[in-house]
Amino acid sequence: MVEAGEFDAVLKSNYWKNEQYKLAEIRLNAMCPEIKPGQFFHILCPSIDYSRPFFRRPMSVYDFDECSSEISFLYKVSGVGTHALAALPNGARINVLGPLGVGFSLPPSRTAIVLLARGVGLATLAPLGRWARERGHAVTAILSARTPSLLMSAKEMRDNGVEVIAVTDIEGTSDVGNVSILLKHLHREGRMDALYTCGSNRLLQLARAVTHKFGIFGEVALEQQMACGLGMCFSCVRPFREGRSIVHRRVCCEGPVFPLQNAMSW
Amino acid sequence: MVDMSVDCGGLRLANPVMPASGTFSYQLANVVDLGRLGAFVVKTVTPGVREGNPVPRVVEVDGGMLNSIGIPSNGVDHFVRETIPLYRKWDVPLVVSISAETADQFAALAEKVTVPSVAAIEVNISCPNLEDDGRAFALWPESTLKVMRNIRRATPLPLWAKLTPNTGQIAEVAIAAEEGGANALVAGNTFLAMSVDIHRRRASLGGTTGGLSGPIIKPIALRIAYQCVRAVSIPVIGCGGIMTAEDALEYLLVGCVSVQVGTATFLHPSAMLAVIDGLAAYCETEGISRVADLIGGIGLEVEAVIEGS
Repeated sequence: MVEAGEFDAVLKSNYWKNEQYKLAEIRLNAMCPEIKPGQFFHILCPSIDYSRPFFRRPMSVYDFDECSSEISFLYKVSGVGTHALAALPNGARINVLGPLGVGFSLPPSRTAIVLLARGVGLATLAPLGRWARERGHAVTAILSARTPSLLMSAKEMRDNGVEVIAVTDIEGTSDVGNVSILLKHLHREGRMDALYTCGSNRLLQLARAVTHKFGIFGEVALEQQMACGLGMCFSCVRPFREGRSIVHRRVCCEGPVFPLQNAMSW
Repeated sequence: MVDMSVDCGGLRLANPVMPASGTFSYQLANVVDLGRLGAFVVKTVTPGVREGNPVPRVVEVDGGMLNSIGIPSNGVDHFVRETIPLYRKWDVPLVVSISAETADQFAALAEKVTVPSVAAIEVNISCPNLEDDGRAFALWPESTLKVMRNIRRATPLPLWAKLTPNTGQIAEVAIAAEEGGANALVAGNTFLAMSVDIHRRRASLGGTTGGLSGPIIKPIALRIAYQCVRAVSIPVIGCGGIMTAEDALEYLLVGCVSVQVGTATFLHPSAMLAVIDGLAAYCETEGISRVADLIGGIGLEVEAVIEGS
């Protein structure tokens, strides 16, 4: 088995998925390590003009094909690092470190799971949908965005056999009240034995309350600014509730996937 | 085959490259062969449990980074019981970094980490993120002498005093550390610094101020290491902005016997190994059989010019 590490890769393509997000597809110049949905790669972004990122940027794996060593990342172009990455042409060389972190875990087979995604969660939860389908789970995904054009992964998920429910702000369907009703329906219909969420504070609060109420398994993927990505520097801590105490956990190596009940909203 | 070994403050190291405290732990073994390092220097341990500072704990700047981690620690008892055994599988000297608030606490802590698996103690009297406004023992010769003397009485292990560049009296502090019983100096820790997030209109770091590291500090850190070399007769371990073997060579040539690599590991986990390989390659190309022969290679003439200027 190939282990995690630093890899040189070639950028195969790097194009806009919508007005905010680009999709970068890379091919490692080596055998692909084993990747689990929810894990991330720590990407060394280049310096371009006045964009001179110093740290690597953690990005969750969007899609991967271990046979061809191809991995893709869906990223929001928002800061210095992602602007520099967005400017890279096809064929550029890129250095990545990974796969890192703890990925998602699935409950015993033939259970039905629900994915609740918004923002970066639309990227992070996509490979979980495919992985769960391959293992025989029924998967329903509630995808939330401001506008229909910002909904990503819907087609890819449907192609993988995921039942997709799209909700948006401008259609007035994405509010917590409506999503809460959707989740209750899914649970009543036996389609929610576990719930996974990523990308929204409000949806995290809702998901935590819903899994608590129904006594079902739940996980959340969280983000935090990182330096080393390996658990050494303690930069990327977040608070978690464990029993009666609040503890700090490192998102890079103790996450980025955490038990939903321990997660604290931000 | 180049002889890469060096004598470093009471230890014989297989090569002169080791991590800087706070940038290394056994988890690096997931991606790098740790058995090749000259020494292990682990993250600073404190007497009791510390949570560390509020986030953001790091921020990038052009050519470097600021950190205000605040030494989260499980305390020394947990460290001796749980953490030290994790390093036994490698045949590499283990150097334990310690920090405490008073000279007496420092001495008690040094005594607690004086256990068979520990090869040396690095005395972190220079962390900018603990005391008010970055005050640390190593800002002044008097407090440096006192704390080093106390620790010296508490342990027979080699003591490496990690100094701070945030003093105006680097030579005096270096001499005080030597007089206090240090077997080597580490020059040095991060530079007290800050940055502002203009969009949120507040300090970028949760701790407001923090330590600057990375390639941006190298010329100043190198000058400080050189001033320490001139001031004392014990070995000086160079630290500050080393990203490549070329950077490490500069430190060796000004008289440092070994180097610590920190921030570079955050960008490339294998940075320390690349430095080791690069040093060996330089020696081979230059026909130098022992890396130790490079130490102090810039010679005394430069020293004379500086002193005469």
